[in-house]
Amino acid sequence: MNKIFKITLLLLSITLILSCCGQKAVPTADKPLAGTTLKVYNWGEYIDEDVISMFEDETGIKVIYDTFETNEDMYTKLKAAGNNSYDVCIPSDYMIKKMLDEDMLAELDFANIPNYKYIDEKYKKQVFDPEDKYSVPYMWGTVGLAINTDLVKDEITSWNVLWDEKYEKQILGIDSERDAIGLTLKYLGYSLNSKDENELNEAKNALISQKKNILAYVGDQVKDKMLNEEAAIAILWSGDGIVLEQTDQKFKYIIPEEGSNYWIDSAVILKNCQNKAGAEAFINFLCRPDIALKNVEYICYSTPHTEAYNMLSDDMKNNSAAYPPDEIIAKCEIFENLSDVEIMQKYSKIWLDVLSQ
Amino acid sequence: MKKNKSFCAYPYYVWMITFIVIPLLLVLWYALFKSENDSIVFTTEYIKRFFEPIYIQVFLRSIVLAVISTAICLVIGYPLAYILAGKTFKHKNMLMFLVIVPMWMNFLLRTYAWLTILEKNGILNQILRFLNLPTQNILYTNYAVILGMVYNYLPFMVLPLYTVLSKMDINLINAAEDLGANKLTVFKKVVFPLSLPGVVSGITMTFMPAVTTFVISKLLGGGQTTLIGDLIENQFKVANDWNFGSALSLILMVIILLSMRVMTKYEQENEGGGLF
Repeated sequence: MNKIFKITLLLLSITLILSCCGQKAVPTADKPLAGTTLKVYNWGEYIDEDVISMFEDETGIKVIYDTFETNEDMYTKLKAAGNNSYDVCIPSDYMIKKMLDEDMLAELDFANIPNYKYIDEKYKKQVFDPEDKYSVPYMWGTVGLAINTDLVKDEITSWNVLWDEKYEKQILGIDSERDAIGLTLKYLGYSLNSKDENELNEAKNALISQKKNILAYVGDQVKDKMLNEEAAIAILWSGDGIVLEQTDQKFKYIIPEEGSNYWIDSAVILKNCQNKAGAEAFINFLCRPDIALKNVEYICYSTPHTEAYNMLSDDMKNNSAAYPPDEIIAKCEIFENLSDVEIMQKYSKIWLDVLSQ
Repeated sequence: MKKNKSFCAYPYYVWMITFIVIPLLLVLWYALFKSENDSIVFTTEYIKRFFEPIYIQVFLRSIVLAVISTAICLVIGYPLAYILAGKTFKHKNMLMFLVIVPMWMNFLLRTYAWLTILEKNGILNQILRFLNLPTQNILYTNYAVILGMVYNYLPFMVLPLYTVLSKMDINLINAAEDLGANKLTVFKKVVFPLSLPGVVSGITMTFMPAVTTFVISKLLGGGQTTLIGDLIENQFKVANDWNFGSALSLILMVIILLSMRVMTKYEQENEGGGLF
């Protein structure tokens, strides 16, 4: 249903954009970039749509906003579009590294992004951008389990519940090669960036033996499926888990004790961007405290923005699903770019093996 | 005069070259060549990789599911087309309309609708529960995938059959009946053999999209029944291995072309005017 909603939204926004085509703004002293266009590429349902029109009103820049569903989709589209693609993108950690390695990103001019000072130091200097030259953290989160406590009476603390025979055909897996294999590696006590043949084989066998418990491997639909009680347990991203918790008290989001994936999505500017000043203005706008707050309240992931965090309700600040204690984060790992083609093929093949059993 | 006529086809030539011939050449290029140390070399490694057991298994599953769906389409579609083509059925236009109407809606939306119908607490199971019947968990199984294929591709089976059956000369049937053949014999000896070209086009039109689909298996199979279409999509979108993806597409195309060749030959022998 999510998708239908999105398609409607997309159609609406296309109509809106078309209806706006008539007016042509001209640059003025307080709106130096008025009349230019900016192309933004972001995850689906990953911004409060009002923010876009606010930005347009304040700067006079026309925003063309498109969404993607996975990092890989985004990468493929950027590669295929060549020079005429987007200005600003919000990919995840390992994808940023991959894009950097392929020289797809432009260095940011932080003089134009003064609001960068609000970003918490904790989220800077990450492995994908160690010198903080190319990316500005937008949201972060974890991967964990959503549990319907009406259907699951046990106290769940570990990934091993995914192998529990009690939950045959009651678990929603995650339709993402990297996450599915990574979490299994974590369960087995290995790094989720493992490149070791034996560890990967062990993960493959574990995933195959898990299959009898899996109802389906889903992406976006996970929230709807859980709300309809199609399944008792689901593997999902923290934001989706928190939305479920807020919708109905019977849902609980946990990060299993073995640790999990911890990720950061950051705004980047593409090297072949057509409107760098506009792009930097947009990133700066996203980092403005009131806007950052608006976005985080809308999409329910965790914000790396100190002011936005301070302005959150106490309930949310103390929500251990959104802002888990440091010792839990310490057990989580960031995905690294696999970079080696052979290893990437190995991952693909494992996933295919699992899916076609 | 002749010259003028061929001139009219130029727009289509341009269209065909840009959107069919060039992309096909690109597929061929990616499947058979790779760049190695800044030079481009011919290679069969991507084609060879297809013959690993795991890929063959996926391929066979696609064929089996597509064959089953095509057979079901034929069994459901033939009587329907027969009724539609007949002169006696009163609500013929209405029925025809109902066959075509679903094709006006996006096929993705229609497939999503099946999700809501088939899921555990979906419409079907609510009705079954209301009638005190045992509930069914069809979603995320091969049955759901076959159902999705039959539902989506049935019109492609009905329409060619309808065309052939409605063109059939009624005098042939009258003659057979005059000579003492009963209804069953008329169908077996006259109607069915004459409708074979339609059957062949119908099978081709249904089988081809069924064997290459990736959305239906992803949505209704819950990502658990990987078909060759999913595999190809995955090579381009996730694995980023365009060479192997192209090799898979190439092999699939060759197999489809070969089977079409066999079918066309069969049609010509039967003097039919089919699709190809």
